[in-house]
Amino acid sequence: MKSGGAARLNRNAPFWLNLMYLPALLLFLLFIVYPFLKGVQISFTNWNGFSQSYKWIGFDNYKRMFSDPNIGVVIRNTLIYGVGSTLLQNIFGLLYALLLNKSIKIRGLARTIVYLPVIVSGLIMGYIFYFFFQFRGGAFNDVLELFGMAPVNMLGDPNLNVWIIMLVNSFQFMGTAMIIYLAGLQSISKDYFEAADIDGANAWVKFKNVTLPLLMPSITINVVLNLIGGLKLFDAIMALTGGGPGYASQSMSTMMYKTYFSSQDAGYASAIGILMFLMISVFSIIALQYLRKKEVN
Amino acid sequence: MKKTGYILLTILISIIHILPFYLLLTTSFKPANDFSSKWVFPSDLYLENFTNAWKNANLGQAFLNNIIVTFFSLVLIIIIGAIASYPLSRFQTKLNKVMYAVFISAMIVPPLTTLVPLYQLYVDIGAMNTYWGIILLQVTFNMPITIFLYTGFIGSIPRELDEAAMIDGMSRFRLFFKIILPLLKPITATVIIMTGVGVWNDYQFSLFFLQKLNMQTVTVALSSFFTQYSSNVGWVAAGSLLAALPLIVLYLFLQRYFVSGLSSGAVKG
Repeated sequence: MKSGGAARLNRNAPFWLNLMYLPALLLFLLFIVYPFLKGVQISFTNWNGFSQSYKWIGFDNYKRMFSDPNIGVVIRNTLIYGVGSTLLQNIFGLLYALLLNKSIKIRGLARTIVYLPVIVSGLIMGYIFYFFFQFRGGAFNDVLELFGMAPVNMLGDPNLNVWIIMLVNSFQFMGTAMIIYLAGLQSISKDYFEAADIDGANAWVKFKNVTLPLLMPSITINVVLNLIGGLKLFDAIMALTGGGPGYASQSMSTMMYKTYFSSQDAGYASAIGILMFLMISVFSIIALQYLRKKEVN
Repeated sequence: MKKTGYILLTILISIIHILPFYLLLTTSFKPANDFSSKWVFPSDLYLENFTNAWKNANLGQAFLNNIIVTFFSLVLIIIIGAIASYPLSRFQTKLNKVMYAVFISAMIVPPLTTLVPLYQLYVDIGAMNTYWGIILLQVTFNMPITIFLYTGFIGSIPRELDEAAMIDGMSRFRLFFKIILPLLKPITATVIIMTGVGVWNDYQFSLFFLQKLNMQTVTVALSSFFTQYSSNVGWVAAGSLLAALPLIVLYLFLQRYFVSGLSSGAVKG
């Protein structure tokens, strides 16, 4: 009956009803599809961003990437931001969810606090941590000095600041992962755990054989969301280091911004944009496929 | 025993996660000549940081800009998203299935990758430093998640409802506006929270397309304020606190909606 009705409605649907998605479609064509194609085109030119004349230079911008002494660092940083944040957010998000799913009185308050940074702008969160890590008068160095250690210029140190930015980003969005894992945990039927109890399973076995497999859908969402978020990181970097010193903490996003606005190298900036798009697509699609396969088993 | 351990652990986690906000508070209430550690709470509250930040960062105008951009973006997101989702959900022809896939897959395109041509386009059509320019961008890039949420929700409304209304002689347009639209209230709350937080907090788009002083939104105003006065930590901290406050207050009062909105949207994916 149900499908019969649906089929009838489908058959009788006048084509003009599809006009309802025309506004959305126009926005897409104008602001996503057109700029994207145009971006591909610009990436094959030496356009500087404002001049009337520019030349078609083929793959030169892409070749230039391979010889760019900075690109290696930038790609490495982007991967640290993407993969590092994903790992931390998921490990801590899951641990927090497991703990705050237990019947403890203050768990509501704790959830509120852990989730709080999610609704603050990434830029402001970056500033807050700037006060924490800044060289002079930073809260972290005060602690070091209290223990008789010398203050460290953490944000100016190219070997440290990338990791700090990654930590700040993870800290900010741990709450999202936690909430998604909490929702996942609450959807697992208690029967599974009771059955495992009867079999005499210990806590670890229960976690490995019941909780984890049934949480796979939540893991998939979290990993893919965090990966995309981390790989395109921009706000926190701008707030904490501005990408410096030099290119030391730059990501693909900030490098592109700098190449376009500071160096006025629109062709090269577009090529970086295309590379970034490919990187994010490949990573998220591989992660999605891999995790979805695990879900089925 | 075990329970006490859990409670202690929960308290520890709460303290660690509230610390950054505590430091923001202590910093924003101290005058520039107070060199005590940020860990120490000020003995008396120095409020001039806030008035100075408000004035020098031009926060009044920035908040107004934020409210205008967020409000109109949300209105358009809801209207365009809801009407687009009706045919995509109800009439699953081959064409519409492809259209749905196209809309959703745009989620993967990071807005920044198209920065150069977008910027050029905006200069050409005179959309730089305008409300409508930034609003249209926010609407477009929030459309995939909105269509995803609405299409899923409309799919869960029984088709018999449509049929009954049509047997009663209702036109499809009236059917949508009179019967379907009112039913979308709960998912609209989710859409508002998910996309609203993002639009309000946006920095990337606003940084590129709202460069004129009187058009700057809160994040952009704050970042130029920060660059200018980075040595005056008290001012910058006060400015950050002011900028973050509206959403924090909203979150504390409407917490349940925020959390369920953000998680239900994600879990259904």
